Amino acid sequence: MATTALPHTETTAPAAPTGIWSWITTTDHKRIGVLYGVTAFIFFLIGGLEALLIRLQLGSPNNTLVSAQVYNQLFTMHGTTMVFLAIMPLSAAFFNFVIPLQIGARDVAFPRLNAFSYWVFLLGGLFINFSFIAGPLFGAGHLSVAPNAGWFGYANLTSDQFSPGPNIDFWVIGLQILGIASLAAGFNFITTIINLRAPGMKFMRMPVFTWMSFVTQFLIITAFPVITVGLVFLLLDRVFGATFYNVSAGGDVLLWQHLFWMFGHPEVYILILPAMGIVSEVLPTFSRKPLFGYAVVVYSGILIGIVGWGVWAHHMFATGLGPIADSVFSASTMLIAIPTGVKIFNWIATMWGGRLEFKTAMLFAIGFVAMFIIGGLSGVMHAAPPADLQQTDTYFVVAHFHYVLFGGAVLGLFAGMYYWWPKVFGRRLREGLGKTHFWLMMIGLNLTFFPMHFSGLLGMPRRIYTYGAGLGLDTFNLISTVGAVVTGLALLVFVYNIWASRNNHDTSANPWEAATLEWSIPSPPPVYNFAVVPTVHNRLPLWTADGMTPSSQPAVPPAPVHVPGGSHWPLLTAIGILIMGVGALMHHHFLPSLVTVLAGLAVAVFSIYSWAFEPFEV
Amino acid sequence: MSHAAVAHHTSTGLDSRKIAFWTFIGSECLLFGSLIATYLVYEGKSVSGPTTHEILNIPLTSISTFDLLMSSLAMVLALAAVQRGERLWARVWLGTTALLGAIFLGFQAFEFTHFVHEGLGFTTNLFGSTFFTLTGCHGLHVFVGVIWLTTLLVRSFQGKLGPEKALNVEIAGLYWHFVDVVWIVIFTVVYLIQTTPLPST
Repeated sequence: MATTALPHTETTAPAAPTGIWSWITTTDHKRIGVLYGVTAFIFFLIGGLEALLIRLQLGSPNNTLVSAQVYNQLFTMHGTTMVFLAIMPLSAAFFNFVIPLQIGARDVAFPRLNAFSYWVFLLGGLFINFSFIAGPLFGAGHLSVAPNAGWFGYANLTSDQFSPGPNIDFWVIGLQILGIASLAAGFNFITTIINLRAPGMKFMRMPVFTWMSFVTQFLIITAFPVITVGLVFLLLDRVFGATFYNVSAGGDVLLWQHLFWMFGHPEVYILILPAMGIVSEVLPTFSRKPLFGYAVVVYSGILIGIVGWGVWAHHMFATGLGPIADSVFSASTMLIAIPTGVKIFNWIATMWGGRLEFKTAMLFAIGFVAMFIIGGLSGVMHAAPPADLQQTDTYFVVAHFHYVLFGGAVLGLFAGMYYWWPKVFGRRLREGLGKTHFWLMMIGLNLTFFPMHFSGLLGMPRRIYTYGAGLGLDTFNLISTVGAVVTGLALLVFVYNIWASRNNHDTSANPWEAATLEWSIPSPPPVYNFAVVPTVHNRLPLWTADGMTPSSQPAVPPAPVHVPGGSHWPLLTAIGILIMGVGALMHHHFLPSLVTVLAGLAVAVFSIYSWAFEPFEV
Repeated sequence: MSHAAVAHHTSTGLDSRKIAFWTFIGSECLLFGSLIATYLVYEGKSVSGPTTHEILNIPLTSISTFDLLMSSLAMVLALAAVQRGERLWARVWLGTTALLGAIFLGFQAFEFTHFVHEGLGFTTNLFGSTFFTLTGCHGLHVFVGVIWLTTLLVRSFQGKLGPEKALNVEIAGLYWHFVDVVWIVIFTVVYLIQTTPLPST
């Protein structure tokens, strides 16, 4: 592409462009990271609000705060939002901001594709949440057409026969749109990590966060095609009357469960591995010790990724797969606890004998380890089919996966936020408020989820909107509800902390005296990241006597740095995809639906061609 | 190898687009793998006809398979011509590849309409749903490939497909060969190895 002179910005110290248009057309991985973070955090608050409503409804027996119909939409959207719109994109915010800095790159391999991923995610998230207020468009009330068959959408609850409304259409089309964003980001980050490492940054010198993210991207690009196929079948069943999940035509509803969990279990690791990576950065920094057993942590992460592909049917023990399948999947599930346990011992050994500094980020990282152990232990209990049969579809399972996803992934993500906040914004979150946030959250989450072990073992089923009095469930549920309110308060403290820290400037390059490359450049980083692309000689470049120091980066680049300009085509391509989704949603009206889908396709194809032929040099 | 690839240092020395495209192909394997697996688990499970033996035409599809295989040969020759800067042959072989792809789609269109006339629609039975979805998804990939190759042909006529752009053709070639390989698997497991029991009449 460099054979003809193409217009591009070339300057010794490019200033960051300003204005809304510069954000809409941005291809800067740091800005895209911030966009991901802000958007995902708002979705996280929405998902949290849904959880709070669920807990308020269940706070007392025979409660009538919300109807059964609204309750179904709340728990479905809570799960869908937290998995696809909150935790995954919050991880993506860290992938975007941190990975290029950690490997010494000036951007990702495909900056426009990166912007495209973000816009598709944003529009897909808006599309699926629009269902809450879309009722009147379909001749129904508000809060009536949101997805309502659970985040797992089991066939044939989702069939046209049993869910004739647009609820499931919103879900199936929305997830298809979101899948495009994840896949595009997956190709992008794998290529970035393989191909844009600074000189000397060998694979086994990469920071553990980058390593765990690398494994995560492989899980994304292999798991998402599988759910795409499952969702396409569902859409074809609903729109064209295909027979994939149609029992009367000989179809098997378990096909959906297999396709869903073949995606769904790798998805669990897609959610947790980035948080494990974050914790593996935070613990050494605040223990003033290198990570214990770096290579073993990395190999364990890879092993989790591989074995994570062979455990999906443990979600399906109750369907009666037979003794052989049960045994195999039980064994593989127990096996995967080994690399996970290895990591936990490595984290503990990292802290052992270290000079521990209990900053908020460190507290969240330690909280992650503690809570993840509890969730991991109950996970091993599910690995035994006879125990699992007792626990399936009870609150015991809800307790388990919230300990790993809230106690694990969310605490890990908060550790990352406190840790990298000064690098991203040049401001520090206040420690006092941060510690209040941490302790409130620890108390809140344990109050919420620990009693669920008991209500679950007492037989309280999941996904029911109320329960009778005098079944021994009242107290446990009340405690859970109180815990949910405390957790909500903790989040408010965090939001207040963001506001209260707006003038808490700290633009030092390395406020935590950490070891990895992102701390060698100014905070916030300049648009070109590294004035001089660093040469890496070891795994902890800022912690070695002969290593580099933050001052080894000149304030002004000695040679001109090329910075790619922005592009609006990624956004327009995403809009084209959204229009196609809206068209598919209208499938009960054949002609308008077809016209809309074709119009969206035209916008998308036109934008892709404009994108391919616009002058843009990475 | 383009000048851009030389100018931009990468860790592996390979162009990033090529690496990204291989990861995309890896992902596509799971997509087609899921579709093929679904076809196989549902094979012979249809509660009504028509089923595979009554309707699949192996001789006809062998011809279209041969056609698609030959398009891969043309693709190889097209890439070689672009790399050597032979504009005329680049156009001939790119055009041939696209044309052979279009012919394959013609065969598929004929096959689909013929099946519908024979009583096998998309919603008729499990065989209809799985067969049309699997082969339709593959046909869609061929269609996208034909559009892609046609775009490259137009760029060649515009004089904008010199040897420095050979990587663009190489990546299109990776896609095309992949789609071809997928068809060989589909042809084998759907057409050649039919496990549906013969009707017991």
